[in-house]
Amino acid sequence: MRFLLRRAGFYLVALWAAVTFNFIIPRLMPGDPAEAYIARLQTQQVTRAQIDAIRAEFGVNPNVPVWKQYFAYLNGLLHGNLGISTSQFPSQVIDILRESLPWTIGLVGAALILSFFIGTLVGMLIAWKRGSWYDTAVPPILTFFSAVPYFWMALGLVYLFGVNLNWFPTDSGYDVFSVTPGWSIDFISSVVQHAILPVTTLVIGSLAGWVLTMRNMMITTLSEDYVLMAQAKGLPERRVMFNYAARNAILPSITSFSISLGLIVSGSLLTEIVFNYPGIGFALYKGVQGNDYALVEGCFLVIALAVLIANFLSELIYAFLDPRVRQGRN
Amino acid sequence: MQVTNLANQQIDSSTILDRVRGRRSGILSAITSNPKIAAGVGVVAFFVLIALAAPLLTPYDPNASIVTGSLPPSSAHILGTTGLGQDMFAQIVYGARISLLVGFSAAIGSTVLQVFFGLSSAYFGGIVDDVLSLIINVFLVLPGLPLTIVLASLASANAANKNEFVIALVLLFTSWSYGARVLRAQTLSLKEREFVTAARASGESSLRIIFAEILPNEVALVASTFIGTFVYAIGAEVALEFLGLGDTSRASWGVILYWAQNNGALIVGKWWQFVPAGLCVAVLCAGLTFINFGIDQLANPRLRAERPQRRRLLSEKKKIVP
Repeated sequence: MRFLLRRAGFYLVALWAAVTFNFIIPRLMPGDPAEAYIARLQTQQVTRAQIDAIRAEFGVNPNVPVWKQYFAYLNGLLHGNLGISTSQFPSQVIDILRESLPWTIGLVGAALILSFFIGTLVGMLIAWKRGSWYDTAVPPILTFFSAVPYFWMALGLVYLFGVNLNWFPTDSGYDVFSVTPGWSIDFISSVVQHAILPVTTLVIGSLAGWVLTMRNMMITTLSEDYVLMAQAKGLPERRVMFNYAARNAILPSITSFSISLGLIVSGSLLTEIVFNYPGIGFALYKGVQGNDYALVEGCFLVIALAVLIANFLSELIYAFLDPRVRQGRN
Repeated sequence: MQVTNLANQQIDSSTILDRVRGRRSGILSAITSNPKIAAGVGVVAFFVLIALAAPLLTPYDPNASIVTGSLPPSSAHILGTTGLGQDMFAQIVYGARISLLVGFSAAIGSTVLQVFFGLSSAYFGGIVDDVLSLIINVFLVLPGLPLTIVLASLASANAANKNEFVIALVLLFTSWSYGARVLRAQTLSLKEREFVTAARASGESSLRIIFAEILPNEVALVASTFIGTFVYAIGAEVALEFLGLGDTSRASWGVILYWAQNNGALIVGKWWQFVPAGLCVAVLCAGLTFINFGIDQLANPRLRAERPQRRRLLSEKKKIVP
């Protein structure tokens, strides 16, 4: 219990840091960001209301002391006020995020689960058959794939399976022309179809991490005495592999969850852009393109919040699986 | 029952150096003795040479429109031309300069931060360690690329700031946490060794102990986190430029991909506009990762390749276990 409270405290501090970054960064940039920003907008049509919204957004009013601005900002956040989007004026940023978040969670969730299971299984198998040809071939190939930038892999898949072979749709999260969102078979199958290529991109890109962690850990576990004992007892190969070796080797994979999650979230941001997938990454891209800082910062906050919650959950699972952590011993 | 954890296992660089010295001396033998390191160094050297020799390899100016429109690869333009009629091969070789330089300088700066935070946090302990560890862990848990995008997009609000230098600075700021944590863990165990106690007893300053006594013993680890950061920096730099957060008027690998995406090169099947640049990033990063695997293998004997397979393992075991 004390362990959990301490971890919860840490994540609160991390969240506070993310929020404070969001507050400080625009104020640290050289020059007045609001002015620079408005100057750049002059080429487009800017209404009085937009300029006011921008000024209010940046909150760079020299008459108000910084700490007052800070508390006003925190207060706004607590009430779900992330400001007004300037590129999609006059939408509230929070509304845009509310629409995008489920798409990203679906994409990242599906990719994470798939790559965890496939990767761990492959890692286990190649460690079991250590020294065989696929143990020599698989890690370098996967390393190469993990070095490929996510968005480039996405471009390649779009080119191959979308444009050339025309197997899968490559645009948007569902068929916007013929299907209406809702709990209908048509809509769900359309969503699944549209998700296949993006999810494949993410799985291929993140597979190597799981495979290599599992392989290395499995090799260590295989040299343990209890594995030898299990073999000596004449237990079936499969039982030794799954119940004796893999079961103990899997813990570090769960520990490295937070790093994998960070990578896969970053990957999903870029992948969404290529596929025009209506998630947070695409919203972020539109924000960047339109110099819409309220939207960009809102996206960052939501991503940070989601990643922190997911990390906390993974620690809960870890504590549940490993009694040494649960009891605070080490 | 002891479950060992490779991820936390200490990398002892002294054993690496001993092993290398035992055969031949010098860095060259360290490179050639391990096939993974040799392959990786070969790849990296190839790209560095290309970047340096760019003017010798192509007669074209990478940013000048030579022909009208995007031509497929031909003998005059071996990788075709971009939508603006620029020579793609010239863009790739000159682009290598920018991408390598940004990645390298960000990684160097980041490694300095890693060493500073990691070593001082572990060495001083107590309240210093508590505060620094908290900072390290917060940076570690915050999603890196989104933070980088936020920073870069705000930094480039002023059009004058939209350049490679700012990107390198942003990457430096967001990439140091992982290495710092790894170095901190290693330093925690090293500072208990006798040579540190001896140095302290002989009255050496903390600064000297950290940098002259402890740091040299972590060279392998620093090298490996440096390479890891380098890989991250190149990938993130290309991603930022792909988003249009860099100087889009000068060819670099990310900018090439930015224009390929914006010109819809994909939909009309102009593969030569996006395949070469991405392939370069992938091969370079894979090469760097290979060097890291090699270092890992040298430092961690359990991962070294063995002849097949479990039967040998079992027979060895039988000799030990009666």
